[in-house]
Amino acid sequence: MLRTERLTRTFGGLAAVSNLDLNLRQGELVGLIGPNGAGKTTVFNLLTGVYHPSSGDIIFENESLVGHKPFQITAKGLARTFQNIRLFESLSVLENVKIALHWHSRYSLFSALFRLKGFYAGEEKMTAEALRLLELFNLDHKKDELAKNLPYGEQRRLEIVRAIAAKPKILLLDEPAAGMNPQETQDLMALIQKVRKLFNLTILLIEHDMSLVMGICERIYVLDYGKVIAQGTPAEIKNNKRVIEAYLGEEA
Amino acid sequence: MKRNNILVGILLLALYLIVELGIRTGIIEPFQQVNLFLMGINIILAVSLNLIVGFTGQLALGHAGFMAVGAYVSAVLTLKLGQPYLLAIFAGAFAALIMGIIIGLPTLRLKGDYLAIATLGFGEIIRGIIVNIDYIGGAAGINGIPKYTNWTWLYLFTLFTIFAVKNFVNSTHGRACIAIRDNEIAAETMGINTTYYKVLAFSLGAFFAGIAGALYAHYFFLIQPVTFSMQKSFDALVMVVFGGLGSITGSILAAIAVTFLNAALINLGALRMVIYAMLLVIIMVFRPQGLLGTKEFTFRTLLRLKERGTANAKD
Repeated sequence: MLRTERLTRTFGGLAAVSNLDLNLRQGELVGLIGPNGAGKTTVFNLLTGVYHPSSGDIIFENESLVGHKPFQITAKGLARTFQNIRLFESLSVLENVKIALHWHSRYSLFSALFRLKGFYAGEEKMTAEALRLLELFNLDHKKDELAKNLPYGEQRRLEIVRAIAAKPKILLLDEPAAGMNPQETQDLMALIQKVRKLFNLTILLIEHDMSLVMGICERIYVLDYGKVIAQGTPAEIKNNKRVIEAYLGEEA
Repeated sequence: MKRNNILVGILLLALYLIVELGIRTGIIEPFQQVNLFLMGINIILAVSLNLIVGFTGQLALGHAGFMAVGAYVSAVLTLKLGQPYLLAIFAGAFAALIMGIIIGLPTLRLKGDYLAIATLGFGEIIRGIIVNIDYIGGAAGINGIPKYTNWTWLYLFTLFTIFAVKNFVNSTHGRACIAIRDNEIAAETMGINTTYYKVLAFSLGAFFAGIAGALYAHYFFLIQPVTFSMQKSFDALVMVVFGGLGSITGSILAAIAVTFLNAALINLGALRMVIYAMLLVIIMVFRPQGLLGTKEFTFRTLLRLKERGTANAKD
């Protein structure tokens, strides 16, 4: 469904990602792990068009994504969350979700300026859809609060709702459990499984929390210094010597 | 909500009639009338610049240039080509809009101070071009423009600007602009075409600045390039910041306040600018987010204040 071919991105002399070959199949839940600075977030930025690759290709449903702008890539069916939360702080929870619905449900500028039927119908449709999503994630009772006033865990959840509102086929989660306590992480795992089934999603996630990665990922890629040093099922990764050396070594 | 709309409608109509009556009976003196007109034009400028700077977060300083385009295009149409006033206003506004697209496309890639300097430069370029076209009078400007702008025109177009900007901001398109201001990368990865919306907000702002220019030209008989110097852009920016970035009612209040202040201090000569500057410094020290911040002044806030007032009285 999504694959990268010898994907490389250099910053000056540093190869943040080099010759990366990823492959995501329809419906899979794949983990991308690695020590700090291994290039995981750079991979996400390349996939979503925030950075352009120095060389190599990204192919999504038999079409190259290279050279497309982020909003075009989102329209094709890739949505993401951010490691450092990037909500629209001055907008309400509901409006944050409605932004992500913009691409699919927007009405004409003319009907907005002159408050024609299209405006009311469009707004109503967007509000209903956003509320439905917020309900699924137990955030509907906070719909009118400003995004910046939510507690941390709920901000993370809102980011996931917002990404799903963009109607992706592939969801990219960048450290969804960062800063969560074990109980919150457990809830998050259940939530990820739930939305995956509900929206028929393929998920690629970056995570440092091993209980989460080992618990829900079907396959794992391990990145170190921009290169894949191992890939396989959680059990295989746990016993991989190179991985233990590079990454789990300190913990084991 | 319906009842509120009717109430607002009645109040707006009443305001119009009271001022109209005041002008007809001579209670509002000519000097006050000039200030009234400046107030309307300042409101249009501030509200439209707020769309660019406050809501979309793009610090652009070329507003006077767009105002000049609107003023000159409309003046040429009425004075030299004998076209009707309404057509001239919209032609001026659309010319400014097109100029906004032409300038916005290359400059809106820049951010922050760089964008400010680039747009400032483009504003001055527009003025420089006007100075060098003899057909529109060069540095001497155009004289003898018919005085078509009266209270009715001014009031209608001020309301048109306010409501258009308000409707835009409270729609999915306006939300897209606010999302860009809050977090451009997130907006882009949520499917917002950031270039499109930045240029859209910029050129819409230019459109209304063009209207302000047309109204201005047809009130003061004379337009000169020097009228539309960068000082004018800064004046508009001061009102926007003073009122609160991202608050339409804030911009309106600030435009009214600044116009009043200028009129009240006019007899002080050179001291005027000193007092004006000091007031701005004081406001920025004690209220850096501007008068209203990002909040809007509504009837509901007024009611809430009143409730709070009575509750406090009971305690």
